Amino acid sequence: MNRSAQADPQEAAVQDGHYNLRLYVAGQTPKSITALANLKTICEEHLAGRYRIEVIDLLQQPQLAAGDQILAVPTLVRRLPEPLKKIIGNLSDKERVLVGLDLRSEGTP
Amino acid sequence: MNVKKIPQTENSLQTLAKARTGISGLDEVTFGGLPAGRPTLICGGAGCGKTLLAATFLVNGAVMFDEPGVFMSFEESSADLIRNVASLGYDLAALVEQKKIAMDFVRVERSEIEESGEYDLEGLFVRLGYAIKSIGAKRVVLDTLEVLFAGLGDTQILRSELRRLFAWLKDQNVSAIITAEQGTGALTRFGLEEYVSDCVLFLDNRVDNQITTRRLRVVKYRGSVHGTNEYPFLIDTHGISVLPVTSAGLAHSASDVVISTGVQGLNQMLGVGGFYRGTSILVTGTAGTGKTSLAAHFVDSVCASGERCLYFAFEEAPAQITRNMRSIGLDLQPRIDSGLLKFEAARPSLFGLEMHLARMYREIEEFAPAAVVLDPISALRGETGDVHSMLLRIIDLLKKQGITAFLTNLLAPQGMDHADAGVSSLMDTWISLVQLESNGERNRGIYVLKSRGMNHSNQIREYQLTSQGVKLVDAYLGSAGVLTGSARITQEAADAASVMRRVQETDRRRREIQRKRDSLERQISELRASLESEEEEARKALEYEEELERRMRAERQAMAVLRGGSAP
Repeated sequence: MNRSAQADPQEAAVQDGHYNLRLYVAGQTPKSITALANLKTICEEHLAGRYRIEVIDLLQQPQLAAGDQILAVPTLVRRLPEPLKKIIGNLSDKERVLVGLDLRSEGTP
Repeated sequence: MNVKKIPQTENSLQTLAKARTGISGLDEVTFGGLPAGRPTLICGGAGCGKTLLAATFLVNGAVMFDEPGVFMSFEESSADLIRNVASLGYDLAALVEQKKIAMDFVRVERSEIEESGEYDLEGLFVRLGYAIKSIGAKRVVLDTLEVLFAGLGDTQILRSELRRLFAWLKDQNVSAIITAEQGTGALTRFGLEEYVSDCVLFLDNRVDNQITTRRLRVVKYRGSVHGTNEYPFLIDTHGISVLPVTSAGLAHSASDVVISTGVQGLNQMLGVGGFYRGTSILVTGTAGTGKTSLAAHFVDSVCASGERCLYFAFEEAPAQITRNMRSIGLDLQPRIDSGLLKFEAARPSLFGLEMHLARMYREIEEFAPAAVVLDPISALRGETGDVHSMLLRIIDLLKKQGITAFLTNLLAPQGMDHADAGVSSLMDTWISLVQLESNGERNRGIYVLKSRGMNHSNQIREYQLTSQGVKLVDAYLGSAGVLTGSARITQEAADAASVMRRVQETDRRRREIQRKRDSLERQISELRASLESEEEEARKALEYEEELERRMRAERQAMAVLRGGSAP
């Protein structure tokens, strides 16, 4: 809870086009490590300089799972820009991630 | 609470530990409840009460057995759910506040979710685990997991994760209920029954003759005996109650306590002065023979002894019964006001037989009466076999609890049909009310057809519905047989006249004798008087004779003196 409370004022301050991403994992499993690595690669490729990744380990903070309706892990939640988007899996399918983050429609790169 | 837990620990020693549902009937059917620490699957079609049954399991666990529970809903939001179960009288919001129940609404929206690569459902486990830990839950409800099949594309992953989930639930040692939609040709649409193998309940909501009946069946229960029948169950403002069909035992105790019938003459007809407590009494008669009046007398007498009585009226409204009974001088209203008498009126066609039974079952449990009246059982329509089995069960139930059952049955004018004959064999006392037709009038006759365990009158007694209630009249037994009504009155008048005649005759004879005696005595005194007068005359004649004699002697002396002679 603390973390999201701190994050909120920052989120309010971000300008348009800024991506606020949250990756929910449950422990340092191969799946979660792969997911984080895949996410970083995609963001660097498509969102360099205008993204923020917050990793939440549900084993440490289980109370945060209900808030974002987390069911599967890993789940990537795009909190900003609106609307809220969810991508589940280890993000190995790059095309699906781009579709999920609405990066395909922007016509990048 | 501790007291209630004791049987549970006893059970665990013998066989399988069970988590009591607190649902009346269900614990009996499952011989103690659902398997403790294991998942149970509840499946059934739409609207058959899966969610409510699961919620009841949770609420009862939290309230009655001190076992907090987690309700994880995949279909309804927490607010909706709280509203829905409020209709059963449960205050979920308060229980959540008291940390006795935790609720988590899992929303799965496929359109919001993109799948990319491998995943698992650890998030669900984390949420559930967190909820369980936060309140120390012993019970869990997952309603309805199948939504996941619609929300997530990869059924391979889903199935393996579900398998893991059920194993995980067992590890958590929580008694879980998983609900699932009925599938075509299978218990559940997505074959969840293959994962949950400990206990499966099947709910059904069937329509027969435009009447819906809910039924519950224990499909399987590993490691435990269970009732195998379909049991009707009821959902209403009092929650859920399941009605066990099997009460095959006849182990009920027999009481020697006698309770009055409320009619003095009838008490006399029954050898012991009334009905035995806890027996079943059947009153049969054609229309207008006063079955309800007799029932009302019985009710009044039960209430008069300070005991509760429950009256199921199938044909008349309570207000109508009380009004009608006032016309025979019986005011039941004070009994109702004092809480001793309770009317439960419902048209038989309102529910199916099973529902009636379930409703009665619950009312009886709640009101705990000493006597129950069913007026009339002939109003319960259905297949003969169904009616019979229903009555059998209700009578069994009442007997088991030592409640006296008073049933009335309307007969067709020509006599009994098969159903009646079937029911009557269940009865301990059978009182028959008959119409005696003769000399252009109808009179009411009552006789005890049978009464187990007591010596009873074999007479047909006439009775009248008077403004002071039901009155039994002494039947006229004469050379012409039993006479009733005006014939009896005529005969009685004739009898009275002949008695008077006899009395007058005797009087006359007595007077005659007196008169004879008087005249004889007169004669005697006359004779005596004449005797006396004769005696008097005789005496006078004698005196005269003596006087004459003396005078003659004196003359003779004087003559002798004159002649100078000496005295003789």
